[in-house]
Amino acid sequence: MLEINCPYCGPRFETEFSYGGEAHIERPKDSENLSDEEWGEYVFMNSNTKGVFLERWVHTSGCRRWFNVARDTVSYKILAVYETGTEPPELDLRKDV
Amino acid sequence: MKSRYSIFSLMRNALSYHEKWPEAWRSPEPKSSYDVVIVGGGGHGLATAYYLAKVHGIRNVAVIERGWLGGGNTGRNTTIVRSNYLWDESAGLYEHAMKLWEGLSQELNYNVMFSQRGVMNLAHNQQDLRDIARRVNANRLNGIDSEFLTPHQIKDLVPIIDLRGNGRYPVLGASNQRRGGTARHDAVAWGYARRADEHGVDIIQECPVNGFEIENGKVTGVQTAKGLIKAKKVGVVVAGHSSVTAEMAGIRLPLVSHPLQALVSEPVKPVIDTVVMSNAIHAYISQSDKGELVIGAGVDKYVGYGQRGSLPVTEETLAAVCELFPSLKRMRMMRQWGGIVDTCPDASPIISKTPVDGFFINCGWGTGGFKATPGSGWVFADTIANDRPHPLNEAFSLERFNSGYLVDEHGAAAVAH
Amino acid sequence: MPARFRLTEGGRIDRSNPISFTFNGKVYQGFEGDTLASALLANGVHLVGRSFKYHRPRGIMSAGAEEANALIQVGEGARTDPNLRATQIELVDGLTASSQNCWPSVEFDVSIVNNLASRLIPSGFYYKTFMWPASLWMTYEKVIRNAAGLGKAPEGPDPDSYDRTFAHCDVLVVGAGPTGLAAALSAGRSGARVILSEQEATLGGSLQSEPNLEIEGKPALEWVEAARAELEGLENVRLLTRTQTYGYFDHNFIGLMENLTDHLKEKPANLPRHRLWKLRAKQVVIATGSIERPLVFSDNDRPGIMLASACRTYLNRYGVKPGSKAVLFTNNDGAYAAALDMHKAGIHVAAIVDLRANSEGPLTEAARDAGLRILTDHAIIATAGDKRVKAVQVAPLSADGESARGGGEKIDCDLVAVSGGWNPTVHLHSQSRGKILFDDSHACFVPGDSAQASTVAGACNGSFGLGGCLSEGHDAGLAAAKAVGFDGKGSASAPSAEDRDFLPARWLWLVPGDKPLGHGGKHFVDVQNDVTAADLHLALREGYRSIEHVKRYTTTGMGTDQGKTSNVNAIAIVSQYFGCPIPDVGVTTFRPPYTPVTFGVFAGRDIGDLLDPARKTPMHALHEQAGAAFEDVGQWKRPWYFPHDGEDMHQAVNREVRACRDSVGVMDASTLGKIDIQGKDAAEFLNRIYTNAWLKLKISSCRYGLMLGENGMVMDDGVTSRLGENHFLMTTTSGNAAPVLAHLEEYLQTEWPELEVYLTSVTEQFATVSIAGPNARKLLAELTDDIDLSAEAFPFMTFRQGRVAGIPARVFRISFTGDLSYEINVPASYGAALWQAIMNTGEKYAITPYGTEAMHVLRAEKGFIIVGQDTDGSVTPIDLGMDWIVSKTKDFVGRRSLYRADMDKPDRKQLVGLLTDAPDTVLPEGAQLVEKIETGPTMAMLGHVTSSYHSPNCERSIAMALIKGGRARMGQKLYSPQADGKVITCSVSDVVFYDKEGERTRG
Repeated sequence: MLEINCPYCGPRFETEFSYGGEAHIERPKDSENLSDEEWGEYVFMNSNTKGVFLERWVHTSGCRRWFNVARDTVSYKILAVYETGTEPPELDLRKDV
Repeated sequence: MKSRYSIFSLMRNALSYHEKWPEAWRSPEPKSSYDVVIVGGGGHGLATAYYLAKVHGIRNVAVIERGWLGGGNTGRNTTIVRSNYLWDESAGLYEHAMKLWEGLSQELNYNVMFSQRGVMNLAHNQQDLRDIARRVNANRLNGIDSEFLTPHQIKDLVPIIDLRGNGRYPVLGASNQRRGGTARHDAVAWGYARRADEHGVDIIQECPVNGFEIENGKVTGVQTAKGLIKAKKVGVVVAGHSSVTAEMAGIRLPLVSHPLQALVSEPVKPVIDTVVMSNAIHAYISQSDKGELVIGAGVDKYVGYGQRGSLPVTEETLAAVCELFPSLKRMRMMRQWGGIVDTCPDASPIISKTPVDGFFINCGWGTGGFKATPGSGWVFADTIANDRPHPLNEAFSLERFNSGYLVDEHGAAAVAH
Repeated sequence: MPARFRLTEGGRIDRSNPISFTFNGKVYQGFEGDTLASALLANGVHLVGRSFKYHRPRGIMSAGAEEANALIQVGEGARTDPNLRATQIELVDGLTASSQNCWPSVEFDVSIVNNLASRLIPSGFYYKTFMWPASLWMTYEKVIRNAAGLGKAPEGPDPDSYDRTFAHCDVLVVGAGPTGLAAALSAGRSGARVILSEQEATLGGSLQSEPNLEIEGKPALEWVEAARAELEGLENVRLLTRTQTYGYFDHNFIGLMENLTDHLKEKPANLPRHRLWKLRAKQVVIATGSIERPLVFSDNDRPGIMLASACRTYLNRYGVKPGSKAVLFTNNDGAYAAALDMHKAGIHVAAIVDLRANSEGPLTEAARDAGLRILTDHAIIATAGDKRVKAVQVAPLSADGESARGGGEKIDCDLVAVSGGWNPTVHLHSQSRGKILFDDSHACFVPGDSAQASTVAGACNGSFGLGGCLSEGHDAGLAAAKAVGFDGKGSASAPSAEDRDFLPARWLWLVPGDKPLGHGGKHFVDVQNDVTAADLHLALREGYRSIEHVKRYTTTGMGTDQGKTSNVNAIAIVSQYFGCPIPDVGVTTFRPPYTPVTFGVFAGRDIGDLLDPARKTPMHALHEQAGAAFEDVGQWKRPWYFPHDGEDMHQAVNREVRACRDSVGVMDASTLGKIDIQGKDAAEFLNRIYTNAWLKLKISSCRYGLMLGENGMVMDDGVTSRLGENHFLMTTTSGNAAPVLAHLEEYLQTEWPELEVYLTSVTEQFATVSIAGPNARKLLAELTDDIDLSAEAFPFMTFRQGRVAGIPARVFRISFTGDLSYEINVPASYGAALWQAIMNTGEKYAITPYGTEAMHVLRAEKGFIIVGQDTDGSVTPIDLGMDWIVSKTKDFVGRRSLYRADMDKPDRKQLVGLLTDAPDTVLPEGAQLVEKIETGPTMAMLGHVTSSYHSPNCERSIAMALIKGGRARMGQKLYSPQADGKVITCSVSDVVFYDKEGERTRG
């Protein structure tokens, strides 16, 4: 049971949140000009990173706001929590910090 | 030729205090090059190597495993085998696997304890019933045994079930595949390993892969902890680490890796003689030959490479089990664990060529790869040997995520497990 | 009358409180404070069970959670518990217990033949046989299954209740032995919120079995008592006894199971049996102590052979003599304490068999001084005795320890106390992903670096002397408190005590027998699963070289004790086989739970109605009164149909459907999802979400919309109305309300944050009543005086605000039935009143309540889809023939996916109608369709029936289906083969069956 520090509500149990997958993937504005492959990349492809991963969460049973999390997908340690639309903070990317 | 396993060889070896049994497989150092290197020593990888050697006569093959054989999802799943998938494409693949399962112990001369005790999927509401009817009909016309069970018939097969489900999840019916069941997961890896080895395949454990040699868009070798191994073709079948491994070859995949949980109870005398699955409440239960209740739970919702269980998923699953089987409330969980499953957007696998020549990938089985093991190995070997997809895995190409020809098994509510 | 083997004094039992209990049908006496194991031993009962595979007689080998042998069935019927450890069962008056896995009795078990045939059934034998003939495997398996298993599962629904609770604390201290108590004291005194958990009912841990140790110059138990009193007096400390800390999860999340009633004769009705504590601790101090290791020697499994520390526990804590004539078999000095205690208690110590080449150490000297017979550099090479050990064969060791010299000497005894050293209980540390290292001097695995906010202290940390435990515990508690911000000022200094561990020792992992390994005599490593050292060697010989392979092939360590006493011995024997250092073999993973946890606690009270609470509309009680049958739609209970007396479902639905076309029907549509959308960019937002255009929708107008996922597949549909310039009300399907809101919020917040839009779920704020049928307008007119209902003033697909039955209402002229229809939204609390008023006023029109089934028929007559029934996540709007609703001039979610290469393939499945040749035949929903009937086992399918009904208004059956290239097949004959061999013939038709021009809707 992860403890996620919602930027708007503070630390809460994982069960209050929903997961939104990889962060910083912008929806293409000119999808008409994309090839099938480029569109497929946006809709389906994933980094699926092993290690520090920038991902989206939403506080479903709380403020219902989306935000981003930098989390190690092996140790599950959360390195940073930051608002949607902002850049991730500088991270200490040592293995298993 | 290895000694054949049988009651007679057991008796003969008993006389020599079992001190003369040969190794089930060798543990050789890797050669400098192979015709085919299979990355991943799970059931799928070992089966691939076996069929490459046996069916296609390609014996200069190595299986490279980063840890121990069967240490990934092969040894971590809840061992359910069935083929009652909805879509024609899936039905073809899984039914091919089922037919191989039916002769596997004899084929491998290794008892994989394939137990055709039946697999039922419960319906808890009207839409479940429609979906089940659709799937049962489709299975039948695809030549797969499948039947609809009334609540009364379910109770006969599983006397400890509470059909009322406390009114919230009443059991309204089920689909049943009698030829489905369970198998001994470790034995599948070991049986294939032993046979593949017998056919000349080198099985190399404790050998992580660090990268691939690719020249002019064609794979030429695998960089491993034991040095560079040249290869004309490479097949990657590393459930749980598919994205990570494919990335070493510059290939992106549409996968999300999740921890999937399972647990077992303490062993008790038989109380449940079949496999019961309820997709609606995320509980899958059977009883192992040792007497443990083997319970499959859901996935943790986030990307995770930790092979460990978490509490919320256990709570949800066991609440459902207690609801369906109120007499099991006093049973006790003995062990819980996790595996890493690579889920695909359409809940169907990818068995495919890739943009890199000679580089093949077999992944995305989600929570349901074990049941496909023999079939997956069979078609993957054929695909690698002939450099083109076998008709049974044509639909499961990587290309489908561009063209849109998905084989959406969860959309059809046919459980993707 | 005290039992035969009870000492006349001593022990921590309450002799004034005798307890009677039943074991295998016989009544015995024990005392309060006994475990079932101590009470059985007090009565001279050693044979308590049979082993898993060979059915060998087994006794009690330990005095704690590590027990692998004495697994007992307690209770009967629905309230029975299999596989409980006799060593952990608190004795309670009237307890009924019995042996497991034996027939007809534990004394005479016919399956003992397995032991005789054991040469034929080594580890993994089942992988090598039972393969011919293939068809017989299911028969073999049945026999194997019946032979396997240990206890029996309960036979009826569990009458007990369970509970779960959340908790937070600054410091969790696991284990209330000396280390844990010291940690809890130092952390508690410094003000931190502390939880101290202890698996037993009483505090003190190993100190309860120690008569001689002192802390701060006083008997150790006095210190324990003082610590208990002090901790209980601290408001910031919570003591959880009878509580197993079973799992250490991510982010310092801990699972604990508290036992509240198993030890009570009368179970209070208000108490749950067990409670799951879900605890988030800022810091954890793991003080779980250590477990003694048995020695692996020939036939080391007989009843009467037990751990040396267990002998001491039975003597000192329970006042029980576990035998009359004992042999101590040890490889270390520490175990001599057992010989001294036994000697003092009047047990004849026949010999101390010491594997060490030089028997030395303080306790060894004490035994020597006491005149006990010490056989240095000796081993037990064989044991005798069927249901109880009766003699051991003792011989001197060869120089390398790998064989015995000579046949040795036979020593009669009825008790063998064994010690092979100690293993720290590193389970929780390992579960937390902490590193595990090997300590060469103590030959055991010890904790390495922590991975989470935790510290390991005391014996669990490889610190085996009492003084070290106390100071490590004290320091760990203090450090944990400081780490969460307490200054630690109130904490005194660490309590002092003598610090002496069990060394010196000699590590001889596999004690030679009188015959070569595997040639007779069984060196058990895992007694529960009957795994011997020869089995381990067999696995290695056959190439199962990884320790995980060895474990899985032999099943060592996979029993209910999960290898607490066997794993390290197994690893050491494997390392010896390879001639490599023990750490090179590695260690198998420690997985939760530490000891088994009851299923019921995970469900807690979230069962029955609380498993997934049903949602009911404000009119639910009225529907119940009307005798409605309900169906589950998502979480909702919806009226399915309203049968009159004597009607079956079919008749009721036909009547309801006709009423909606002939006069007027009324339906509770409150479950439809309702999302209030406001803000200056609301229209633009809808325009991006829905496939059709929304910018120009007029105020007070309604529009049907289709929503796709980014993959182009239909996700939901519904009517959205423009209440004002910047104000919309969206409706969703009943089951999809939450996912649709989540979908909208995601796009709004993460893709289009520039849009000013506010989303509010108002599903439960409104009750919705739909009236449908030619008399709907007349009926509504009688209920409202401020809405002009004329067709011109209030046309189809518009909405008006006014009063209905005196209630402020939003009235929408929309229709899912294809008939003249109004949906009336009122505040939820008025829902029942509105329903009642409509029913009363509608009486003159023979108003008919209808349920979801009639609604399904009515909409199918019109060819309206139900998302989730006529679509399945693989269907595009084009497939549905709904191109008319897909804008070509703007972007929307999922749009680009509709233009992918495979999306306009002619063989995509398309929604069509089906008409059976025989009008009375209703195609079953889910039926598959083929172009031609083939004889083979397989037939090429074209698609399936998604919806199918008898339509009273069409006076025939109608069906909707998704068919490959369906729209090009109009009029084509298709066939639907049924399970019973019958074939239903039908032809492809338009999907609209009734009132194709839609006159009734607009009328």
